[in-house]
Amino acid sequence: MNRSIRTRQRLVGVSLLGLLFYFSPILTLFDKTTEWAGYPISYLYIFGIWLALILLAAWMVEGKKP
Amino acid sequence: MTTTLIVVLSLGYLGMLFAIAYWADRRADQNRSVISNATIYALSLAVYCTAWTFYGSVGRAAATGVGFLPIYLGPTLIAALWGTLLLKMVRVSKSQRITSIADFIASRYGKSHLLGGIVTIIAVLGIVPYIALQLKAISRSFTILLTYPEVTMPGATDSLPLLQDTTLYVALLLALFTILFGTRHLDASERHEGMVAAIAFESIVKLVAFLAVGLFVTFQLHDGFADLFDKAEAAGILNPLIVDGMDGYENWFSLTLLSALAVMMLPRQFQVAVVENSSEHHLRRAIWLFPLYLFLINIFVIPIALAGQLTFVGDEVDADTFVLTLPMAYHQSTLTLLAFLGGLSAATGMVIVETIALSTMVCNDLVMPGLLRRWKQIPPNADLSQLLLRIRRGAILLILLLGFLYFRLAGEAYALVSIGLISFSAVAQFAPAMIIGLYWRGGTRDGALAGLLTGFSIWIYTLLLPSFAKSGWLPVGLLEDGPFGIELLKPQALFGLTGLNEITHCLFWSMTLNIGAYILFSFWRTPRVNEATQATLFVDALKHQRFLGAGLWRGTAEIDELLHLAERFLGAKRAQAVFQAYATRRKIQNIKQLPADAETVHFAETLLAGAIGSASARVMVSSVTAEESLGMDEVLNILDEASQIRAYSHELEKKSQELEAATRELKEANERLQELDRVKDDFMSSVTHELRTPLASIRAFSEILNDDPEIELNERRRFLGIIVSETKRLSRLVNQVLDLAKIESGRADWNAEDVDLLEVVDQALASTEQLFAERGTQVIRETPSSACMVTGDRDRLMQVLVNLLSNANKFVSEKSGIVCVGLHSYHDRYEVSVADNGTGIAVEELPNIFEKFRQAGSTGNKPIGTGLGLPISKKIIEHLGGRLWAESGSENGAIFTFAIPKKQNDALPPGETHAEKDSDRG
Repeated sequence: MNRSIRTRQRLVGVSLLGLLFYFSPILTLFDKTTEWAGYPISYLYIFGIWLALILLAAWMVEGKKP
Repeated sequence: MTTTLIVVLSLGYLGMLFAIAYWADRRADQNRSVISNATIYALSLAVYCTAWTFYGSVGRAAATGVGFLPIYLGPTLIAALWGTLLLKMVRVSKSQRITSIADFIASRYGKSHLLGGIVTIIAVLGIVPYIALQLKAISRSFTILLTYPEVTMPGATDSLPLLQDTTLYVALLLALFTILFGTRHLDASERHEGMVAAIAFESIVKLVAFLAVGLFVTFQLHDGFADLFDKAEAAGILNPLIVDGMDGYENWFSLTLLSALAVMMLPRQFQVAVVENSSEHHLRRAIWLFPLYLFLINIFVIPIALAGQLTFVGDEVDADTFVLTLPMAYHQSTLTLLAFLGGLSAATGMVIVETIALSTMVCNDLVMPGLLRRWKQIPPNADLSQLLLRIRRGAILLILLLGFLYFRLAGEAYALVSIGLISFSAVAQFAPAMIIGLYWRGGTRDGALAGLLTGFSIWIYTLLLPSFAKSGWLPVGLLEDGPFGIELLKPQALFGLTGLNEITHCLFWSMTLNIGAYILFSFWRTPRVNEATQATLFVDALKHQRFLGAGLWRGTAEIDELLHLAERFLGAKRAQAVFQAYATRRKIQNIKQLPADAETVHFAETLLAGAIGSASARVMVSSVTAEESLGMDEVLNILDEASQIRAYSHELEKKSQELEAATRELKEANERLQELDRVKDDFMSSVTHELRTPLASIRAFSEILNDDPEIELNERRRFLGIIVSETKRLSRLVNQVLDLAKIESGRADWNAEDVDLLEVVDQALASTEQLFAERGTQVIRETPSSACMVTGDRDRLMQVLVNLLSNANKFVSEKSGIVCVGLHSYHDRYEVSVADNGTGIAVEELPNIFEKFRQAGSTGNKPIGTGLGLPISKKIIEHLGGRLWAESGSENGAIFTFAIPKKQNDALPPGETHAEKDSDRG
């Protein structure tokens, strides 16, 4: 029970991280026309953070079997 | 491509879906569910991705860059909260057999028919544009495909006569298909396993199709992502800035919020995520797998949008169709058909689940309440299950025709995404009543009603009316000048609020007023009994391990009536079977013998709730039972008690276990103390008794000597001899008592030295030689020749052996006595035994032989020893880590043996060797 409550709280953290990366001025730091290895850095940022959040949640949920 | 090919392909695809559903239903009937699987569950949630995702995202990306993303970021962010939010909804729904989102809201606020009806109306009206979107996507992709490989945009269809409009036939076909799919039979359960299996399959098809097109465009037409971005930049169509695409922070945020709410509030999402959920454990995987699905289906959106713009420069090709028209333009017939199928699967998946969910709501929450009212006057027919099916089928047809109607009226004026967002905004109105209601007990039916009606009115005014006005069905002046020229009331700039897009504008006003009204009206009056009951059950859903609805019913009922009621809605056979299963669970043979108690009534009510919704089930059940109303206080007491008991029961259990353990220990300690006390008393009385005997004889002889001076010298000498020997005995006794006390209290001094047992035996025999000689006892010695080293106290070992030897000497008969001393070596110990051929020990005496003052054969007239020798010996040997025991000899006599652990090179403490000894004793 304790473990699942802890996992739930960590997942809330993932959600808050998402809010921070997508809805705070941090976004503007990466919102540039600069390219990195041929990719616009803004696209890399948006999709990279997205994938990172998903993997983080997956790790929290599946990483430690109850 | 010919119409026939496309129609055959589409029908073939639908047929395959039907086969999958049929197969999954069969498996479910055999209790081998295929959908009871976390991955299938997560895939079924992907019904979220409709034709709007499949075609519309690209259109939006072409126009704005990243503007399509909030629709998928929102669900990603809220999915992380599903561990509590969705879990709560699932648990409540399972325990109350919730059939739809309308049922859920109605249940939360006291099983209110009115609320359920209003939610249903909002859902149907709000979803109609969304269904129109799917119809539009299917019919357009169909029309475009007809001209393959020529890419031409079909003209506006609303100019066509009604009967030539492909969309009408698409709508009718989908209605027929959904009816076959979702309402083949009315189940005792609200779940549709076959449908879920088909939906999961569709999710795979649309993902594969979209990825195939994406891969083709990115790696076949171009040289990967970087190349595509380069070309787009050269053509001046790449807009990498997020800020440009997101249309301002408020819109970016509001779209994310809107989609986060929609992914939980859309009737079809509620259907697959909550109603069709087969295990709470499946939520865990959905938390990340569903967002991952969204991520994958969006990776190629921007590349396809860019490639489309590069390919169709100057052509009038709608960006909403790029997924289909790009493969067409490059003559990829297979890929084109795959893309078409992907779009078809996205659209049909949505339409099937959405219309099934909506038809359930229409049937249970809109039509049933009306019928129930009528049935109060005219009793209904016996079997109502067919009627229910007919209502649902009618509802499916009606909803699809409404979708078609909206498409004809307003569909052409909007891009796919915009139509979808209108629907999102409508269902978002459920969020306050749903989510706040899950966490705040104080929300009442009035509050929910007020909130929903307010929010929905704002939605109609700020989104639906403008969409009609833009299509020319209402005067455009309404938008430009406001109603009756009142600028402040302009639908798209309400109260003068400008600078937001229409969705954000609607969301802001509708949510603000919705939540405001909900809270305000909730405060207006205190909740009624049934509202408070349901509120507690919902809010505390995660605390209650078991639904306690049964405890909240009191009254009288007849089992026949309940069964009859269930038969009418579920059909006789199915109802009988379910009741029989219930009876078996309660260990009752015959249905007729079931007690019509609260539990049974509750069972019947939830059973019906699965078929006709909770509010109607409550009404139907109370029509055949006589329920005594519980007072508010009573209900709250039951609920409080129940929740408190559950909250504390675990703790209590732990406490009581601890207490029990403590009590047990105390009891044992007490018994030990009493035993010790008894032993001490015995000891005291024994000691005094033993002291008195020699004292008495000393005193007697002293008195004789004192009183009579005339005693002969010989006599006098004999008396003095007795006095001396008795005094010796006395002092020996006192010494031994002191010795024993010292050993027992642990204050004795012990030497830990290396001792050779052979020497000990030699010395002991030497010091007892005289004793043996006196009684003419023969001593036999059996000892090895090499030294037998142990660690211990030499004097103490001597004491033990001398004691054993002198004991043996005492109990053998004079002249014919034989005492045998043996020393044997075992792998970890030496055993020294002293055997005699004396009177021996009775078997029943053996266990007591080492008790203080207990002497073998002491029943005889004269005590031979002090009765402390053996207890002291035993203590000594035990202290040295050994063991002393007695056994009867094979013929007569007794054998006393003590075992002492061998001296260890690594010097194990005696205690541990002792433990080892214990283990090889058996």
